[in-house]
Amino acid sequence: MTMPYYVAPEQVMKDRAEYAQKGIARGRSLIASAYDEGIVIVADNPSRSLHKISEIYDRIAFAGVGKYNEFDQLRVSGIRHADTKGYAYSREDVDARSLANLYAQYLGQVFTHEMKPLEVEILVAELGTGLHAPQLYHIAYEGTITDEDRYAVLGGETETIAQRLEESWTEGWSLTEALRAAVAALAGPDRTLSGGDLEVAVLAQGNGRRAFRRLVDEELSTLLA
Amino acid sequence: MTLPLFTTTDDPGPDFAGLIRRLRVPLHPTMTTGAMPSGPAGAGEIRHGTTVVALRFADGIVMAGDRRATEGHAIAHRAMEKVFPADRYSAVAIAGAAGPAVEMVRLFQTQLEHYEKVEGVVLSLEGKANQLGQMVREHLPMAMQGLAVVPLFAGYDLARGTGRIFTYDVTGGHYEETEHNATGSGGRDARTTIKLGYRVGMDRDDAVELAIEALYEAADEDSATGGPDLIRGIYPLVATVTAEGFASVPEDEVAERFASLIERRRSEGRQP
Repeated sequence: MTMPYYVAPEQVMKDRAEYAQKGIARGRSLIASAYDEGIVIVADNPSRSLHKISEIYDRIAFAGVGKYNEFDQLRVSGIRHADTKGYAYSREDVDARSLANLYAQYLGQVFTHEMKPLEVEILVAELGTGLHAPQLYHIAYEGTITDEDRYAVLGGETETIAQRLEESWTEGWSLTEALRAAVAALAGPDRTLSGGDLEVAVLAQGNGRRAFRRLVDEELSTLLA
Repeated sequence: MTLPLFTTTDDPGPDFAGLIRRLRVPLHPTMTTGAMPSGPAGAGEIRHGTTVVALRFADGIVMAGDRRATEGHAIAHRAMEKVFPADRYSAVAIAGAAGPAVEMVRLFQTQLEHYEKVEGVVLSLEGKANQLGQMVREHLPMAMQGLAVVPLFAGYDLARGTGRIFTYDVTGGHYEETEHNATGSGGRDARTTIKLGYRVGMDRDDAVELAIEALYEAADEDSATGGPDLIRGIYPLVATVTAEGFASVPEDEVAERFASLIERRRSEGRQP
C-alpha cells in the first residue's frame, strides 16, 4: 500500500498563497481613491472592451485585478446578488458591506478547500451619503477583507504604488487632482500613461440614481491634460 | 443570502427573470411558471381602468397617463403612477390590473438594467420591446382570469435616431405604431383626439399639449379615467424620451397647460 506524502498544512497554505500572488502580480495594477464628490477608480488597462471596473448597483462599483475570467465571474455574481436583493427588498437595502462579506467568504472558502485558489484581488466601492463616508472594501485572494475610506491599491507592486500615492494624497481633493495623482502613481517615474492606456470610472454624487459613470475619450484626455 | 454562482451549463446569463427563477425568489405565480392558477377560467370581464397615450414628435416621444385606479365602480386610488422610465432611453405605461402591472414594470426595469450591467452594453429598443412582450405573454393565464396587463412601450432608438412606439395585446403580441396610440378603457376617446390634432413632425410643446388634451377628453367620457384633480392638485403624468433620455414634464407645466386648455375652450364658447 502506498502512503500519500505528508505535507504540513503550513506548507500547503504557503504554496497556495504564493501561487495566487504570482498570478496577481503578473497583471497590471489599479487604484481607487475618494475625492470631494465621490470615488474615482483608475486601472492600467489598455483594452476598451474587457473591463476591470464595472457598475454593480446604484452606488456600488466593482473592480478586479488578476485573472480576467475569475474576477469577471465574481463581478457578475455581485450584480446578480445586488439586483436580486434590490428586487426582493428595496433599492436602499442593497449595501456594499454585505456584498464584500459574501465575496470574502467565497474567496476564503475557495482558498482553503479547492485545489487552486482564485488569482484575483477585488474591490467593492460604495459612494458615501450624507450620513456615512465613502467605503472601499479591498478583498484579497484568500478572503482577507480590509476597509479604507481614503484609497486602495490592487495588483502587483502595491506597496511602491501606495507609497507614491500617499505622498500626494490630500483630504478632499478634486477629481482632476485625484485622477492625475493616481495616474502618476500607477505609471511610476519611468513610464507615462495617457488616456488610451487607462480605464477610468467614477461613482459621483449628482449623477442621479445610478452614480457610476465611465470617463472616456475626450472627457478623460481633458482631465489628464 | 449567498453569492449567486452557477455552473457554466446552468448560467442564466443576462436574464434576470431566469436568475430569480433559479434562486427561487417569490414572484408573481404566472411570471415564474406560466401556470394557470386554479379558479374560474376565462372571465370575460377584463377591466382597463386607465388611459395611457404615446405619440411621436420631431425629437422623440411623449407618453402620458391618468392617475386613477378603480375597483369595480369605486375609485381605489387617486394618485397612481402609470408612466415609468423603463431605462434611460425608454418609457413604459401600463393599463389593466394594477397589482400585476406594477410588478411587471418593476421586473422589466430591473431586467433592462441587469442586462446592461452584466453584458456591458444596452439592449436595442427592439430587444427591449421583445422582452416586454415575453413578460406579457407569460402573464396570459392571469389575463384569462380577468387580470390583464396591457402595456404601452416607447423610447428613443439611438441607432435610428428616432422615437418609436410599441403597443401590446394580452397574448404578448406587439406591434410598432407609426405615429401614436392610446390604450386602456379611455383609449378610444384619447385616440380620436390625438388623430384629429396630430401632425407629423410636431414639436415637443405641441405634442405635450395634444397628449394632455387627449387625456382630458378620455377622462370626460370614461368613468375609470381620472381628469385633472384641481382640488387636490393631482395631474396626469407626462414624460418625454428624446436623444437626451427620459424626462418627466414638471407638474407645474402640466397644471398650467390644463388651466389654459380650460380657459381657451371657455373663451372660444365651447363646453370645457
